[in-house]
Amino acid sequence: MALLDVKDLEVEFPLGRKTLKALHGISFSLNKGERIGIVGESGAGKSVAAFSILNLLSKPGRISAGEVIFENQDISKLNRDQMRHIRGNRISMIFQDPMMTLNPVLTIGTQMTECLKAHRAISKEEARQISISKLRDVMIPSPENRMDSYPHELSGGMRQRVVIAIALLTDPSIIVADEPTTALDVTIQAEIMALMLELCANNNVGLILITHDLAVVSQVTERIIVMYAGRIVEEGQTQDVITNPKHPYTRGLIKALPQENSPGARLNQIRGSMPALDAIPAGCSFNPRCDFADEQCHKDIPQLTGPKTHTAACIHIDRIPAFQSTGGLT
Amino acid sequence: MNKLTAFLGSDFTYRFRKDKVAVVSFCIVVFLVLSAVFAPLIAPYDPYDLKSIDIMDSELPPSWNEDEGDERFLLGTDPQGRDMLSTILYGMRISLMIGFFAVLLQALIGVSIGLLSGYVGGRVDAFFMRLADIQLSLSTLMVAIITLAVFQAAFGAALYSELAIFMLVLVIGIAEWPQYARTVRASVLAEKHKEYVDAARVIGMSRSRIMLRHILPNTLSPVLVISTIQVANAIISEAALSFLGLGMPVNKPSLGSLISSGFEFIFSGSWWITVIPSIVLILLILSINMLGDWLRDVLNPKLYKD
Amino acid sequence: MTENTKTPLVEIENVEMRFGGGGGFLSSPQPVVKALNDVSLTIEKGDAFCLVGESGCGKSTLARTVIGLNPPSAGQIKYNGNRIDNLNSRDRQPFTKKMQMIFQNPYASLNPRMTVYQTLEEPLKIHYPAMSRAEIRSKVEEVMLSVGNDPTWGERYPHEFSGGQRQRISIARALMLDPEFIVADEPISALDVSIQAQVLNVMMDAQKERNLTYLFITHDLSVVEHFGSRVAVMYLGRVCELSHTNDLFKTPRHPYTQALLSAIPKIDGSGVNPVKMSGEVPTAMDLPSGCVFHTRCPYAKERCSREIPALQDNGDTKTACFAVEEGRV
Repeated sequence: MALLDVKDLEVEFPLGRKTLKALHGISFSLNKGERIGIVGESGAGKSVAAFSILNLLSKPGRISAGEVIFENQDISKLNRDQMRHIRGNRISMIFQDPMMTLNPVLTIGTQMTECLKAHRAISKEEARQISISKLRDVMIPSPENRMDSYPHELSGGMRQRVVIAIALLTDPSIIVADEPTTALDVTIQAEIMALMLELCANNNVGLILITHDLAVVSQVTERIIVMYAGRIVEEGQTQDVITNPKHPYTRGLIKALPQENSPGARLNQIRGSMPALDAIPAGCSFNPRCDFADEQCHKDIPQLTGPKTHTAACIHIDRIPAFQSTGGLT
Repeated sequence: MNKLTAFLGSDFTYRFRKDKVAVVSFCIVVFLVLSAVFAPLIAPYDPYDLKSIDIMDSELPPSWNEDEGDERFLLGTDPQGRDMLSTILYGMRISLMIGFFAVLLQALIGVSIGLLSGYVGGRVDAFFMRLADIQLSLSTLMVAIITLAVFQAAFGAALYSELAIFMLVLVIGIAEWPQYARTVRASVLAEKHKEYVDAARVIGMSRSRIMLRHILPNTLSPVLVISTIQVANAIISEAALSFLGLGMPVNKPSLGSLISSGFEFIFSGSWWITVIPSIVLILLILSINMLGDWLRDVLNPKLYKD
Repeated sequence: MTENTKTPLVEIENVEMRFGGGGGFLSSPQPVVKALNDVSLTIEKGDAFCLVGESGCGKSTLARTVIGLNPPSAGQIKYNGNRIDNLNSRDRQPFTKKMQMIFQNPYASLNPRMTVYQTLEEPLKIHYPAMSRAEIRSKVEEVMLSVGNDPTWGERYPHEFSGGQRQRISIARALMLDPEFIVADEPISALDVSIQAQVLNVMMDAQKERNLTYLFITHDLSVVEHFGSRVAVMYLGRVCELSHTNDLFKTPRHPYTQALLSAIPKIDGSGVNPVKMSGEVPTAMDLPSGCVFHTRCPYAKERCSREIPALQDNGDTKTACFAVEEGRV
């Protein structure tokens, strides 16, 4: 039994006259302690997917169909009070901007102990001890002193560490991280990623990592879900997807990376761009950008097919030649 | 034609049609403005034509009053025997004119100063903003009362009543420029660090051209929003000044001086001379403000991205 | 790149840049930020010169200084041997034609109230006031086509386009005056992966066709390896390593360069194994004494906190590091 089971989730945004569909029925599951990555470009619906799992969709957005089963209950139907016991407790969230989580006018210590006491019946002193130990876990130097700091006194990397510590406070079973390192410098990103990988693995915490960066995902996760225009187009074991991508979109993404091209040569590019939500083409939504598209692709919406460990949603999956990495370096 | 259909199909129009308050306020404003503009055609009498006024008709109640009402005067007459309906229409014309031109003047001064302050910065900015602070620390009415009273005392009431409309526009216009200057300066500060301004500099464009061609058009939506509210404010200021006897003279009354002129008769039972123009004034101001609020919500980039 | 004629096009000599401080008529003084400290670089004709570093290292400030958006606090900028940093806007005109810039944020670099055509014709109208409408129109069309844009986009406004399309419009604007030298400040970092490749290709094509010289600012080393001919690594307002791209990737010498290279995530999933750096990143408001990197450097010694290392030649590369000089790295 999977820990989290998302079934045919659909999300729509009624905007004025039109209703825009951001998710067209996505399904995936997460086992205990598993780390999966949801990859896609802006507009793919990856953040919407994460937010809808936690019932955090911003106002006009709503889940119009499907269910999110967590520990045998459909949490998409819970009311706000019931959801509060899950969110921030059993499932934690890390945002791109640490200041979405941190309150600028409270000390780190206050925020952490308040958060703990909201979910557990413990004393202030106990809460403080747990908080300090979590700060130590995320390798913050002299955590006792840091408890009295305000968020603005910390650097971007330190703030994101504090946010991770807060996410781990209640020993959740899942952490959803939405582009947690995009705003950080490469050297800091590498440190934070290494830290998250270590913490999740040690504490047997499930991780849903949402990012646009295939390279980051390939280092941290065990399974990858590739999204395009509100649908899952490919899903599989990380190694399989990276070394042998099946869907033309995934292939295009990997081949477009500079490191996959010999220096100085023209890069392999995918033509066109991700369609806007109100202009998603009929049939396979990738068809205008795809080299293999034919008439059938303009009509039929492809379903995920293939062995359980590696599926892709492409009608011509059998016709497409085997993937060859053009690999410049590595 | 193409642009018109595009405009009618735009989100802007759609949001407008969806908002009942906005539609109703818009209709009221348009109705009042049109009837003010076409007052000479609509009004049954010309209140400025002394020959048509008969003192015997003074203080007649509205025509629906069965005892004393007169069919000729739908809304009754004022103490001089002028038809209230005509006088209100002409008065509204004056009020709106003062409001409009005063705001035009405010915007002209305020936008230029705001643009200059924001873009040039440094000492120019410090100078104008301190000036604005000083100006704002004196209330508009106080400045207006002092200026107008001094003018009236110095040049006499006769000249004053001739020039009243210009004086009011000038005084109200000059007294409120800081509103515009501050708003525009704030948007200029936000805009001038955007990359399209840098791009214009890299192309080699001159400062003045960057200000006028690139920055100014991008600061105009807040100007539009405050303009609606400022028109309402200017009309109120004018009404208040007229009420205090420093505004439009009785022979060329604005809404404010009408209200004021009826005030002394209110205890003798002639309520309509004050109440009816007041209702018109309130309706006008309220609708303009509602429209301004709606416009602010729609143009607010935080609520609505284009 | 291939035809390395070795003629210097842009020379940056001992440039310093300080912001803040002062305080004057009715305004309070601000803390001084030393964004650039004694930076000297030479960009040769035909180079795709890359400037790499993390946020706050001064790479964008240097780009803006070179193009003339911020005059330097000290030092000189020369273009083709002529000093340009102290020119007034009129004397600068002949150089603005030759030097153009592409900006980072495609959503902010186009004026939202101007059509694409208005944006593109503007440079021509300023520099060639005598040009006829027909000439302008054909020039705009030619440039639009050369960057892969549909010339019929002209009548539309920027918000109707995607990020990649807007960035290509920005590139078209920079190419309108047929420049020789283009400063590109993180031109692809705001774009999606599949679009980054498109934009990089357009830039590389333009370089080949028009014999351009680039100063390319980025934080992404994998792009540098693909695109750059020479590269300077910056840290806190100083250049710490300067080298040919191949050499830098083969044998990074400066400890910071090594850390930076080890931190690039690689798609083969070889695991995260960055060089561990200790300590917090200092800010330009409060620079460390001596070598600015010593607070995080694994090779730092007492000397590093006292003296400021200068860029030293070691064969093909130049590094500013005592540990390299002393052979400890």
